[in-house]
Amino acid sequence: MDWTYWLFGTLQWSDFPPKKDLIATFAASLVILAPIAVAVILTVTKRWTWIWKEWLTSLDHKKIGVMYCVLAAAMLVRALIEAGLMRTQQAMANVGSPVIGADHFGELFSTHGTIMIFFVVMPFISGLINFVMPLQIGARDLTFPFLNAASLWLTAAGAMLVNASLVVGKFSTGGWSGYPPFTELAFSPGEGVNYWIWALTLTGIGTTLTGINFAVTLYKERAPGMHLMRMPLFCWTALSTSILMIFALPPLTVATAMLALDRYAGFHFFTNGAGGNMMLYANLFWLFGHPEVYILILPAFGVWSEVISTFSGKKLYGYTSLVVATISIAVLSFTVWLHHFFTMGQSANVNAVFGIATMLIGIPTGVKVYDWLLTMYRGRIRFTPPLLFSITFLFCFVVGGLTGVLLANAPVDFAVHNSLFLVAHFHNMLIPGTLFAMIAGYMYWFPKVFGFRLDERWGTISWFLWSAGFLLAFMPLYALGLMGAMRRTSMFTDPHYTPYLMIALGGAGMILCGLAALGVQLFVSIRRREQMRVPVGDPWDGHSLEWWSSAPPPEWNFARIPQVDGTEAFTAMKRNGQPYVAQPENYEDICLPANTGIPVMIGVAGGLCAFALTWYIWWLAVVMLVAMWALVVWRSWQGEPMKEFPAELVRKHTEEWLEKARAAKPVDRFAESEPVNLGLADPIR
Amino acid sequence: MSCAAGAKRVLGAASVFLLSGCAQWPAQGLFAAAGPAAELQREQFLIVTVLVALVILPLFIGLPWVLWRYRLRGGRGPFRPDWDFSWIMEILIWGIPVIIVAVLGVTLWHSANKADPYRPIATAGPPPIEVQAVALDWKWLFIYPKQGVASVGQLVVPAGREVALSITADGPMASIIVPRLGGQIYAMAGMTTQLHLLTDHEGDYRGMNTQYTGTGFDQQHFTYSAVSPVQFSTWLAHARGAPALDAARYDALVKPSKPDQPMQFSSPASQLFQRIIAKYHVPGDTLGALPPPSAVSANKATEAH
Repeated sequence: MDWTYWLFGTLQWSDFPPKKDLIATFAASLVILAPIAVAVILTVTKRWTWIWKEWLTSLDHKKIGVMYCVLAAAMLVRALIEAGLMRTQQAMANVGSPVIGADHFGELFSTHGTIMIFFVVMPFISGLINFVMPLQIGARDLTFPFLNAASLWLTAAGAMLVNASLVVGKFSTGGWSGYPPFTELAFSPGEGVNYWIWALTLTGIGTTLTGINFAVTLYKERAPGMHLMRMPLFCWTALSTSILMIFALPPLTVATAMLALDRYAGFHFFTNGAGGNMMLYANLFWLFGHPEVYILILPAFGVWSEVISTFSGKKLYGYTSLVVATISIAVLSFTVWLHHFFTMGQSANVNAVFGIATMLIGIPTGVKVYDWLLTMYRGRIRFTPPLLFSITFLFCFVVGGLTGVLLANAPVDFAVHNSLFLVAHFHNMLIPGTLFAMIAGYMYWFPKVFGFRLDERWGTISWFLWSAGFLLAFMPLYALGLMGAMRRTSMFTDPHYTPYLMIALGGAGMILCGLAALGVQLFVSIRRREQMRVPVGDPWDGHSLEWWSSAPPPEWNFARIPQVDGTEAFTAMKRNGQPYVAQPENYEDICLPANTGIPVMIGVAGGLCAFALTWYIWWLAVVMLVAMWALVVWRSWQGEPMKEFPAELVRKHTEEWLEKARAAKPVDRFAESEPVNLGLADPIR
Repeated sequence: MSCAAGAKRVLGAASVFLLSGCAQWPAQGLFAAAGPAAELQREQFLIVTVLVALVILPLFIGLPWVLWRYRLRGGRGPFRPDWDFSWIMEILIWGIPVIIVAVLGVTLWHSANKADPYRPIATAGPPPIEVQAVALDWKWLFIYPKQGVASVGQLVVPAGREVALSITADGPMASIIVPRLGGQIYAMAGMTTQLHLLTDHEGDYRGMNTQYTGTGFDQQHFTYSAVSPVQFSTWLAHARGAPALDAARYDALVKPSKPDQPMQFSSPASQLFQRIIAKYHVPGDTLGALPPPSAVSANKATEAH
């Protein structure tokens, strides 16, 4: 017994599958089989070298961006299935036939929330910013490419740790916010909360570093003439989000570290008694948690600004207003954290102050909504799938805004705090607000990333399913919340709730179909990619610099760094000069950071270290911690190895691209979705 | 004439349908408020909704209009691709929300104070009944110190008489609410919070814990029974005949369980509520020894208040 503890910590045979119930066993087998399937495919197609050299070891911001999005998509599938399972459980349990136990339900709402926030939306945001932002500011890479890759692999390690909990042992049942004292050893012994702590720690470190990387890039790498007030709005939102990441993630890391000290070293920061106080945790957590909400929504606002302006064929209305609104939201987001616990017993005046601060955020947010409406006004609107998503967003988001102001009102919050009304509210903000923006951004930038457009018919079907599914799944929850139905309840026993729970279940089913439609869209588009190619790179008549490159762009992004004279740099180029005229004779050699496997190894070591800590396997934790440190030292010795793209290669690629541009027929906006669209835009006149 | 009568009948049927629909859905919630605290919450809900609707209605009208008039295929509106600013619009889209938030802010300042759960509701009438609530896994213990009884899963009060709850937890943090009457406020170990509830209408109201405290949290319900004075006396007499809530019985209650029937106890141990709080302030202490008053007063939530 003793030696097994030294070797394997608290791991026991019984922690491995098969699990207690069939659904959990099935989930565990998926987690085991999926990587095996991927490995088999890679072996059969002889692509191991390819994936290692082209992807895993790449420091190219575009590839790192794509890998972030792939991670997010994979985790989205898991978290959506979990949501469907929870809806099924609540609907069926209320009519007397529960499908899972209360303990399993507790794990589900905890993993669903943790994954959606930290391993779906955050990586998706990091992915989109990674890909788009350097192209938009006319840069060749982020300032710290190695750090960028290390952040990706730390985040991936965190996601894998959450997935490991499906196979080995259990996850926390403390929700995504992990409130002590419930998450203390006294009430949650075992590995569950440990999994949650270390998964968040890994991604917390990764995200802080990403924030620093993005902010420095935006400050230091802009093309000549790209003043801050000439940046595309997506870059402004990326900058605000990065600053929020830098300042908001540390409180989370501190809070989880303190909770870890409580659990591992007998401290009493948040325990009941011995001087502990969970109020400290609530403040620290929401000091992170509220800015986090805006970390999630601001880049989405950036996406909406790009999508709405492009598909309205019009300049963004109120650029300055939008920038001011973005910054105001970012600043105010640090002043409202207490509205997450109006019910903790502070005085009425304190509640009122934080309630008013919360409503203040509604002002710049409302301004943004009308800025987008006015961007469409006097435009020429094309109902492409990204724009359709933005319409659902605008309608639903203001409803979420209304319920947000309701929740900011302390007396109303007393009535609906912890209820399904709250659950409906934040899903109302995060699904149409953030997730739809991620989907719209994916469809909008996909042609730039892979060189071909996505099928619009399946995109429209997916939009319909997602929009209708969202409304059906969450509007009933508002009503249920007002009827006194509380969140995290595994089992209601009130016949009044049945119709609402059934409608919500139907909505969840539609959302899952919407996800499937996205999969079909991707499949169909890959099969028909030859008819959807846009090699010239500007399929939507875009406004900003990312559209001024071939699709997909070369690794060096721009053969020459452009000179910028105003906002919407690419529109100006298309009007004033010829963006596709031959470039100067003197091409230069371009140096970019060479591939390296060290970030992957740091991720693997970090993941194993976290796993070891979760199960108290101390020797492994120490070894892996030393390994991470050694890898960083090793990298420091290497300096920064570069790879060179000779001028001749750059010239060849550029001239091929320009040749395609000259050969292509300019396509007007009516023929945008036809095969004739090769990515050379003929603007509406 | 017959046409008007027909219209009247249709309208009547529709309103009956709507009313019955409306009457049904909020069966136990905020919209079936039965006491002043919940009524205030409902009133705030409606005020905020109407005021915010002023900001969102223009979008609901404007967006379909813009989408139709400025669509690529067949839209009749003028195309101005470079139009990107208007002072009038700026003033409207910043100004109107500022005014509405200002109005909402003033409203909130007053209502937050009026709805403060620490503040007694009734200004006249008999003094409130003092009850001490303890959140346990997974049940609510109510101690009536003046009446010398205690109950689990049942808060019995004469209708029209205000209840002043002092709340703590002996376990993970919980949160107490009676949706039709008011709330909610957290229950935290080693600390006291307060909540005032009042209803004039006799009846049973569902109360619950809203904060996840483990697998049984969703069954941590209780019934708030507003009864006639006679029934209250009967209930008290009945409870006084029940077993005494001594340290041993309390320790049994602390263990996680989901009792399906309400329980009554007589003569709760002296200063039981204070001792439940104090055991988190004196290292190694259990219910056995009553700590000095100085330690008892260190209940932080009340101090912070």
